[in-house]
Amino acid sequence: MIPAAFEYHRPADMADVIALLEEHGDDARVMAGGHSLIPMMKLRMAEIPHLIDLQDVAGLKGITVADGRVTLGAMVTQHELIQHQGLADAAPILREAALVIADPQVRYMGTVGGNVANGDPGNDMPGLMQCLDAEFTLVGPDGERTVSARDFCEAAYMTEREDEEVLTAISFDAPAGGYAYEKQKRKIGDYATAAAAVILQKDGGTCTAASIAMTNLSDVPVWSEAAGEALTGTTVDAAAVSAAVQAVLDDIDPVEDNRGPVAFKRHVAGIILTRAIQRAWDRA
Amino acid sequence: MNDMTPDRDDRSANLKGMGCSRKRVEDVRFTQGKGNYVDDVKLPGMLHGDFVRSPYAHARIKSINTEAAMALDGVVAVLTAEDLAPLNLHWMPTLAGDKQMVLADGKVLFQGQEVAFVVARDRYVAADAVELVEVDYEELPVLVDPFEALQSDVVLREDLEPGADGAHGPRKHHNHIFLWEAGDEATTNQVLENAEVVAEETMYYHRTHPCPLETCGSVASMDKVNGKLTLWGTFQAPHVVRTVASLLSGIEEHNIRVISPDIGGGFGNKVGVYPGYVCSIVASIVTGKPVKWIEDRMENLMSTAFARDYWMTGRISATKEGKITGLHCHVTADHGAFDACADPTKYPAGFMNICTGSYDIPVAYLGVDGVYTNKAPGGVSYRCSFRVTEAVYFIERMIEVLAIELNMDAAELRRINFIKKEQFPYKAALGWEYDSGDYHTAWDKALKTVEYDALRREQAERIEAFKRGETRKLMGIGLSFFTEIVGAGPVKNCDILGMGMFDSCEIRIHPTGSAIARLGTISQGQGHATTFAQILASETGIPADSITIEEGDTDTAPYGLGTYGSRSTPVAGAATALAGRKIRAKAQMIAAYLLEVHDDDVEFDVDRFVVKGAPERFKTMKEIAYAAYNQAIPGVEPGLEAVSYYDPPNMTYPFGAYVCVMDIDVDTGVPEIRRFYALDDCGTRINPMIIEGQVHGGLTEALAVALGQEIAYDDLGNVKTGTLMDFFLPTAWETPNYETDHTVTPSPHHPIGAKGVGESPHVGGVPCFSNAVQDAFRAFGLRHTHMPHDHWRIWKTANDLGLHG
Amino acid sequence: MSDKMHIKLKVNGEDREFLAEPRELLIYALREHLDLTGPHVGCDTSHCGACTVTIDGKSVKSCTMFVAQANGAEITTIEGIGQPDALHVLQESFREHHGLQCGFCTPGMITRATKLLEENPDPTEEDIRFGMAGNICRCTGYQNIVKSIQAAATEMNSAKEAAE
Repeated sequence: MIPAAFEYHRPADMADVIALLEEHGDDARVMAGGHSLIPMMKLRMAEIPHLIDLQDVAGLKGITVADGRVTLGAMVTQHELIQHQGLADAAPILREAALVIADPQVRYMGTVGGNVANGDPGNDMPGLMQCLDAEFTLVGPDGERTVSARDFCEAAYMTEREDEEVLTAISFDAPAGGYAYEKQKRKIGDYATAAAAVILQKDGGTCTAASIAMTNLSDVPVWSEAAGEALTGTTVDAAAVSAAVQAVLDDIDPVEDNRGPVAFKRHVAGIILTRAIQRAWDRA
Repeated sequence: MNDMTPDRDDRSANLKGMGCSRKRVEDVRFTQGKGNYVDDVKLPGMLHGDFVRSPYAHARIKSINTEAAMALDGVVAVLTAEDLAPLNLHWMPTLAGDKQMVLADGKVLFQGQEVAFVVARDRYVAADAVELVEVDYEELPVLVDPFEALQSDVVLREDLEPGADGAHGPRKHHNHIFLWEAGDEATTNQVLENAEVVAEETMYYHRTHPCPLETCGSVASMDKVNGKLTLWGTFQAPHVVRTVASLLSGIEEHNIRVISPDIGGGFGNKVGVYPGYVCSIVASIVTGKPVKWIEDRMENLMSTAFARDYWMTGRISATKEGKITGLHCHVTADHGAFDACADPTKYPAGFMNICTGSYDIPVAYLGVDGVYTNKAPGGVSYRCSFRVTEAVYFIERMIEVLAIELNMDAAELRRINFIKKEQFPYKAALGWEYDSGDYHTAWDKALKTVEYDALRREQAERIEAFKRGETRKLMGIGLSFFTEIVGAGPVKNCDILGMGMFDSCEIRIHPTGSAIARLGTISQGQGHATTFAQILASETGIPADSITIEEGDTDTAPYGLGTYGSRSTPVAGAATALAGRKIRAKAQMIAAYLLEVHDDDVEFDVDRFVVKGAPERFKTMKEIAYAAYNQAIPGVEPGLEAVSYYDPPNMTYPFGAYVCVMDIDVDTGVPEIRRFYALDDCGTRINPMIIEGQVHGGLTEALAVALGQEIAYDDLGNVKTGTLMDFFLPTAWETPNYETDHTVTPSPHHPIGAKGVGESPHVGGVPCFSNAVQDAFRAFGLRHTHMPHDHWRIWKTANDLGLHG
Repeated sequence: MSDKMHIKLKVNGEDREFLAEPRELLIYALREHLDLTGPHVGCDTSHCGACTVTIDGKSVKSCTMFVAQANGAEITTIEGIGQPDALHVLQESFREHHGLQCGFCTPGMITRATKLLEENPDPTEEDIRFGMAGNICRCTGYQNIVKSIQAAATEMNSAKEAAE
């Protein structure tokens, strides 16, 4: 598997990146870890005349946790998400999710920015970021703007990001309460048959807030407001969980693939979500 | 002097002969990255070849335009069928008596079929040029279902004369290849009709692929000055490749040198002859330069050597007490676009007629209909002797289904039907003569070790707990008892393209007492360089560490039929032992001369010949070797060499008893292997460490096949599982630990009693994993469900049984 | 075809330079420009790990990295892990415990294992199975690979203790 030829750019700052994107338009793509893009290029499903490698661009790395706010540079790798103790304290759901992505080598290269920016419905981070109500920072010719993770994905591989924009950072409030990232996959390295990100807050025996997002069950990640509402104000008893599951099932739209037909995926989505809720509730 | 002589046990241990877990000599280079695989071959001026492949499963080729590709800087040639036709190389014979297109001749018959071969300066230019070859296709109706193919008006193979016989007799339809039969159908039907109990089931053994980690490839180098062709490649049978290359190209066989370097796993994938090999040879002849062809993983999965794809319908009869009285089996075998199965010539369905298994079944019948479809050709034996995985899966499922029909424990049903120890050699209803076995001992040991009765009690409790809503996990106990048939020949029955399936060993003892031995086989990870030296060490008294084993170079190794079907130890291993014995016989004469006694007055003792009754008088093999080269011994030729070509009198019949305990999450369909116990009887054990490694590996490949590994097509003949994202190869995370065990029932006809083991765990493992899944649902009414048991299919089974409420 | 780039790498402690197209995959650059044929191509899609090398301290699948990306990096391949007269403990251990058969996955497997033991010098069986899950072996069924790594870890730890 050999990719088509391209011109390689390794700019050192964001201004140069933007300039290259403006110059080459559709013919240019930025690349972080490359573990989504390179296989596509090798299969010649993506031909990119100008490849812009972000590895030397200043300011895209690093994890900061300050005043209850977590900021992840777009080039932070899955491996770094797993290793970072401050992050594990502030938002342990990231480690839990990162550990079920791909395999050790891929996690060394795969970045959180790349995982959310390319709009692949199979990726785990976009759904998780919706669950966390994260904001994505986009930098383009007109400067910087932020987009809510919940508004970012439009369709498979289609996002709010303009062609000449680069996703540079992700930030979110460190979540309070219990959490769980639950994923069913066929094997290491597979995308999810179904995955659920759940964050629940508990006061006394009552759920005071709930955020639920599902992965690879539609052409975009599905943050189900209704599912969260179904749990809020309840004791997360069987009826509430069942209502949340029903709400999610109303929101997802899986397609048949090698992982199985629609009925199976819907059923598993409900099971995975139920387990995630139970685990998050136990931890809340 | 005697005080200096090492103790007999020490001398024996120093040999590192048969029975010891000798560390592998291969590993020294492999662990340092110094293996030499085909893609490591780098020759001056070497060009790279790459294929234009069909995106369609069935289409007519209206035109091929190579102009733009040829115009690309660095492209040296673009070959199409038109270029190969004058050389009569646009088609080639298959191992199954059919022929196969090398490059598409007017039409394509499967997705991924080779259409044109681009030759370029490097792999990058070649890949670019592939994109520039314009092929105009006219799509034709696609047949991916063998039953539909047998009804359809669509003619797949327009090159075959309709109504004419095929290589294996009459064809009953234009998409039919052969009907192959064994046994007595009339009597079998009669028995079935009059039986007290009959169980019937149809099972699909899905299409899969051996998928070794190294794909197939070759490097051809035509030296036009000397007229010599050298061909490196991933060949499990290098000598046969040389013969085929000679017959196809017209180059005399002595001018062709085929080299199988290190092979990164074969598992059957590398037995056949593929268009890539032929095209690299032609391209080298055309360009005068070495040409390398290495397939990528997607090409590997789409085009070279699928395995299985058998629809098997069985009927088995028994008395009310469970004594089996008859077995009828019919197979619809999907062979894809060309019949390129790698089987001995007279066995178009391989040894499928071992499907009576380990049981004393008085009467049986097998019929196999081979069918053409728009799928890749192949039908290789993926880590098994020819079609034996299919046969064993079939009978081990039929036993389970019969147990359900009889409402009987499946372990007990097996026990009462096993061929008894005293019945060996046992003539089976479908023709084979099983050489040896002791099934009851193995079975009892297995069941006792796993505490079978306790497992069944635990399972019964689990079922009750499940019914009470206390758990959502069911427990499956998978059983399998298999008999393999490995080590083809004999030559009178078995040949590949007319070459009898013997094998060979040639040994030379050097003057200083070390040795080199060459064999007609080729290791792909089995550790031949280690184990064959152990056989020779025991046979000749020369330490294994002083013996080099070489295989795979047809200029130096004796002719042999290669390594597949667990035949290396049964056949080449026997040749090795016999060559060693010839060495020993000559050594005995030399020793007698040196000791000045009669030949009959010396006897072999570990590493020396001693005078009978006077153990202080001896000559070591080292001394004898030296004498063979430096003394004129009356009546004895100088030197110490031997050759043996071994034609086995029968095949060997390894067997084993496996038990798998599995928990199944009914809601997600996720299985978890809690325990796996494998007892193997491969006769004499040459290297227990290597045997255990083979068992672990074969079981893991069995796990893969049973639980998810498949080559799936959509209705248009598109391959849905073309990368390792979808084609299931388990990682360390999905693989359990295995408990291994053994009994030893030596083969009575093999010189050292060995039977072969590399494939047993796959053959026995697949039904064991499958039976575990199916057994979990037996209490809820499941009779049979098809593999692969991936999550959604397990879930569907539960769903169909109403277990999701 | 695009212009060739001047590539500089530090491989197994040596500075190496060559010209390559940016699109050349690192695995082929190592194998073909530098004749380091230890790492192999198994799957082409970053699933099998036969091409694993260590780049700037990270375990990386070199079939999924362009040589241009690696420009300037420090790389260790299996050829740099031990020498014939001074094998790495893992190399010895894989032989001792039959952790390989055809040998094709072994260079990537051992290279990955060196990094795993750096990350986690005292891994459990589960740690090893999870930490090696990016490397596929078709021959061994992993049981002896796990054993090899466990034994190497034990040996490395006792050597370290002895040194302290």
